[in-house]
Amino acid sequence: MTRSGNDSAALEYAAGGGLLSRRMLLASAAAGTAAGLLQPRGARAEADIPEWTKAAGARARGYGTPAAAEASVQRAIIEPWQDVAPAFSLSGTPHHRLRGTITPNGLHYEVHHGGRPDIDPARHRLMIHGLVERPLQFDLEALERYPMATAIHFLECAGNSLFNAVMPEPMQAGCDMLHGLVSNTEWSGIPVKVLMEEAGVQPEGKWVVAAGADGPSLARSVPMEKIMQDGMLALYQNGERIRPEQGYPMRLLLPGFEGNMNIKWLTSLWVTEAPVHTKDESGEYTEILADGSSLQFTFAMGVKSFITHPSATMTMSGPGFYEISGLAWSGAGKVAKVEVSADGGASWAEAALAAPVLPQALTRFSLPWHWDGSPLVLMSRATDETGAVQPARADWKARYHASSFLHYNAIQPWQITAEGAVQNVYL
Amino acid sequence: MSIFNLATAALMLTAAAARAEGPGLGQPLETAEIPFYATYVKPDGTGLPEGSGTAADGEALYAAKCASCHGATGSEGPVMPPVGPNDIWAKPAGSYWPYATTLFDYIRRAMPLEAPKSLSDDETYALAAYILERNGVIDAETAMTAETLPQVKMPNHGNFLDVWARQGAKPW
Repeated sequence: MTRSGNDSAALEYAAGGGLLSRRMLLASAAAGTAAGLLQPRGARAEADIPEWTKAAGARARGYGTPAAAEASVQRAIIEPWQDVAPAFSLSGTPHHRLRGTITPNGLHYEVHHGGRPDIDPARHRLMIHGLVERPLQFDLEALERYPMATAIHFLECAGNSLFNAVMPEPMQAGCDMLHGLVSNTEWSGIPVKVLMEEAGVQPEGKWVVAAGADGPSLARSVPMEKIMQDGMLALYQNGERIRPEQGYPMRLLLPGFEGNMNIKWLTSLWVTEAPVHTKDESGEYTEILADGSSLQFTFAMGVKSFITHPSATMTMSGPGFYEISGLAWSGAGKVAKVEVSADGGASWAEAALAAPVLPQALTRFSLPWHWDGSPLVLMSRATDETGAVQPARADWKARYHASSFLHYNAIQPWQITAEGAVQNVYL
Repeated sequence: MSIFNLATAALMLTAAAARAEGPGLGQPLETAEIPFYATYVKPDGTGLPEGSGTAADGEALYAAKCASCHGATGSEGPVMPPVGPNDIWAKPAGSYWPYATTLFDYIRRAMPLEAPKSLSDDETYALAAYILERNGVIDAETAMTAETLPQVKMPNHGNFLDVWARQGAKPW
């Protein structure tokens, strides 16, 4: 967050609570530059020249790492059963410490049902079999020779934001814990349809059971329609080989579909006529509705957003100018608009979306804001290109059984107290 | 949906041309080279191996290999979700899942967590039987086999709405 001493009388308001016109972004930037030029020169004495400005820098290194002062920027790890079953864990991306839209590889969220396998790429293979004319297997060396595609897409665990879904009182934690099970990556790899066409899918082959080479051999049934539309055998993540946490040496990428289906450590694509009702699509990734019936094969993630700056666990540094910033996405396509409210939903102003706005990808939104120091509630509400709008929490809860927490995409309100504390609240 | 179907149909029509997109480097895969975990037991029982086990057989196995995580009776944990009847988790495997075949396949490929794929087929049948019996779905004496397991009628079967069939990729 940046702050300047703008004269509030000159501000152009867009909605209640101090939300400013998007045009104020440029104006305030210009004002900031002007103010910078007006700073007195020569205030620093020679003795203040820092030591790094008076010495040669460190030698080159083969693989760069974040600055030492940023070492605390880490994934938030949850091991619900600790040492009894440490292979089951969730690790949330610290979105409140990041900007832009691309998630650094070391901070991509993880959900492991059986830990992170240590795979020898020379012994790994991808099998395509079942209802195909030519059952095939590919090693990594062969796959490297295929034409590759590149696309930016989010991945979101169906259980992202689960604490807001089920906790009776809002949990006070950062965006890493509350909304960290979503990340955004430039993926590179082979369109799966190229491999499927090489194997020759038989007409009755309507589904593909994808399985990983991890201990539990996690498996999901995927519609052939999705595989052929935009399924990718991802080999690279933001330009480098996929990290072990993300499925090294290869994973399935199904843009917009719940994370669990994007099988990591992919070793098998088995073509079938129907879904096989794997464990994850039988219980873990089904949703019980308010009437006791359940949803099965709920694949695409709904439209969603949350404000990252400011967000819970932060403290405001006094009244004045801030830029509200956050992330929005939809499994159904592009984000069409994001509205922000600074008065608990009484009024809304449309935020600016940072280009490019890509389908099934995290989109950064922002809006200038003049906080007058009084308590209020900030929130964001995203609409996607299909017209779907994020629901309020009460509306989401009314549709589901009390125990349900998957595909939770409700609006996230942040309470700003008079003291400047930012807290998670339900509205 | 319709536009996707059209796209898929167009892809099928041009399949021969599309094959030229790749260098064609896949190597033949023989049936004998396909491990069991690259397939899945289907609801009709296709893929179930020979073997059998009863809940009575499974009880001691469960105590030795499963109870440390799932709890002495399958309901108390510490590790969730419980496999038996309970008030904590609304989706216990032995009663909520639509098909009993999934129990066999999942136990065989994934359990125990620290030693997946270590159970024999007889042991896997016995553990599936024990979990079903704990949930009151079968009795303790009925052996689970390739013939009997697919015939088990799960109590929550028929209580699922197939979202993909209803509306495709449109989020619920």
